[in-house]
Amino acid sequence: MERIRILKKFEPKRENLLLLLHALQKNNRQNYLMEEDLKSAAQYLSLPPSLVHGAATFYSMYSLKPRGQYIVRICQSPPCHQMGSSDLIEEASRALGVEVGETTPDGLFTLETSECLGICGVAPAMTVNEEVHGNLTPERVRAIFSEKRRAK
Amino acid sequence: MLPGAIMHVAGSYHAAGGNREGLIVVVGLGSCGIAAGGQKVRSALIEAIERRALPIQLRETGCVGMCYREVLVDVFDPQGKRFTYGNVTPERVERLATDHFESGRPVREWLVRSSEESLADDSFFAKQKRIVLRNCGIIDPESLAEYRARDGYQALEKALRRMQPEEVIQAVRDSGLRGRGGAGFPTGLKWQFARGAKGEKKYLICNGDEGDPGAFMDRSVLEGDPHTVIEGMLIAAYGIGADEGYLYVRAEYPLAVRRLRKAIADATMAGFLGEHIMGSMLTARGSEFSFQLHVKEGAGAFVCGEETALMASIEGQRGMPRLRPPFPATSGLWGKPTNINNVETYANIPWILLHGPQAFADLGTEKSKGSKVFALAGKIARGGLVEVPMGITIGEVIYEIGGGIKDGRAFKAVQMGGPSGGCIPASLADTMIDYESVTQTGAIMGSGGMVVLDETACMVEIARFFLDFTQKESCGKCTFCRIGTKRMLEILTRITQGQGQEGDIELLYDLADKVKTSSLCGLGQTAPNPVLTTLRYFREEYEAHIREKRCPAHYCRKLLVYRIDSDLCTGCTACARACPTQAISGVVKQPHLIDQARCIQCGSCVAKCRFDAVKTQ
Repeated sequence: MERIRILKKFEPKRENLLLLLHALQKNNRQNYLMEEDLKSAAQYLSLPPSLVHGAATFYSMYSLKPRGQYIVRICQSPPCHQMGSSDLIEEASRALGVEVGETTPDGLFTLETSECLGICGVAPAMTVNEEVHGNLTPERVRAIFSEKRRAK
Repeated sequence: MLPGAIMHVAGSYHAAGGNREGLIVVVGLGSCGIAAGGQKVRSALIEAIERRALPIQLRETGCVGMCYREVLVDVFDPQGKRFTYGNVTPERVERLATDHFESGRPVREWLVRSSEESLADDSFFAKQKRIVLRNCGIIDPESLAEYRARDGYQALEKALRRMQPEEVIQAVRDSGLRGRGGAGFPTGLKWQFARGAKGEKKYLICNGDEGDPGAFMDRSVLEGDPHTVIEGMLIAAYGIGADEGYLYVRAEYPLAVRRLRKAIADATMAGFLGEHIMGSMLTARGSEFSFQLHVKEGAGAFVCGEETALMASIEGQRGMPRLRPPFPATSGLWGKPTNINNVETYANIPWILLHGPQAFADLGTEKSKGSKVFALAGKIARGGLVEVPMGITIGEVIYEIGGGIKDGRAFKAVQMGGPSGGCIPASLADTMIDYESVTQTGAIMGSGGMVVLDETACMVEIARFFLDFTQKESCGKCTFCRIGTKRMLEILTRITQGQGQEGDIELLYDLADKVKTSSLCGLGQTAPNPVLTTLRYFREEYEAHIREKRCPAHYCRKLLVYRIDSDLCTGCTACARACPTQAISGVVKQPHLIDQARCIQCGSCVAKCRFDAVKTQ
């Protein structure tokens, strides 16, 4: 089974828990950890399910509810904020028709914000999954979403 | 950079297997370069070069620091002359190819730096002293050969061949290097504690969980010169007696993680990592040294930058800090003696060993030696990454290197040290950059983020932003950090919305004191600093918000009064159509009016007006 194959890539040691959760989440088309993922991770590492659940809910990059294929994260750190990131968030929200934290009905995008993406030299910035975009304008944000929709 | 140094750079490309005949073209592909469109420029370059069948070597490098000029492309000719183009777009590539690559005529108006002439951007580098960043933006970070051509792994060889572990520690002590992660603890002393700790098994950790908003020094180093960090860790491990280490990198930095993994694999293949390091190259003593290095990705938790939380996270637990002592040097990862330094600290080590501790100690002030990397961001003309000798003033960094404030506005303050730091006002621009002087202002040196604020920044809002950040990132273990910061945030939010009350400032001071003294770790202990420094230097702004319901910087929307300037208004009706509460009335082609009773201060009219006619008071 797929899940077992992923787990087996890691030594069954507790220190691998975060890496393992990352891998399980990435494998899910909807970018989240299912109840079943947490259970099998706990079983594989011989840990109480509560500990795995504890870790999965502590870190902001794990989600326990379904998300989009593309995770859009707009940076709202002070440098990005000063360069107009709140306009980007408003535009993204309008363009996708969802609020921050929500997923589009077609399951393509989830809109999130980030406290700092660490690319302040090209603020305002955002990431789409692992892709980085800088020097953004509301128009550019809209264009990037269209590119993704076309690539679907 | 001096022409001689530039020759050396090109020389290192050639030494690393470059072509001696044709040009070498290098694209800057750090995260900032990529975010600005670096990959598209690279594709355009490949296409243009292939179409012309030119004998050109296309290479990649990390961040040279000129983020404000991304995308950057360097062209080296066989004589070692260097031409750097800034703001390169795929559209500009065609002309670069025809004029420069084909006909040997550099496109002068796009040059930002060159070995052949002095240009305006030279002042960005004039006062810099690059130790940590010595290879960033110069070598291909994915090439071990290029790192070695720039003296890479020679410091390690020197340590293993000619120095006892104690001598390595002594050299680091003599250099005066202090931790670059924020607190500034003497690095050599930390190593000595770890070396002296009882126990066979010892660990070494590199803290790459850079998370301060506005800071990107560690990302640039990890992406631009990963081998330097690995070499620094190896030397530390040899000094301390550790045989296993972890590099903990925040999950927001996937490119850094990828390049580190490649660097570790390459270094292992070449015998610099693993069992019996450099065994075949060295005497019997060196070959006894073994070191395994693992990369660990975080998962989005700022508090994991705190060392005990970071260790918990490596162990696979929730990243929550614990009480110290015991300090990691005696009981760290899995209860074993552990040494933790951050990325920049380790990146200094190879240079110190190669050039001698004295050369490092010659730079800087009495108590702060060497150089420090800063990330310049915010309203600064030249945002990017700089490395300056300690002792330089804040003003020199902002005006002479950073080129002053964007759009000719006035410099108001600089936020240093992220959520643990504070705002230093423009009146203190003469403050020297060293640990003690910065601490005296109420801010901290921190990891090196400098967020520059101009006159349009509201200081209450800045304090509110940082409190919002720490409040969200608090792990929740300590009551005052968990709830105290929340109450502080509520008060600040109220003030920025025009509902401040008499007594709020006193309440903020009281809560700040309690959060500081009742929190276990640095996150809570320093969380009130942004509020305390803005209160110290900009108290009148708080008072204007509270008493006069006025935001002096004209930032807080709820406190603004919007009016239409009848001389500028053309009566285009755009604002009236945009207004969600129908507060704007007027006849087409006649000046419009805002009904103050209906206005909800949303700012839609300002955004829509093309004639700058909507004014705020």
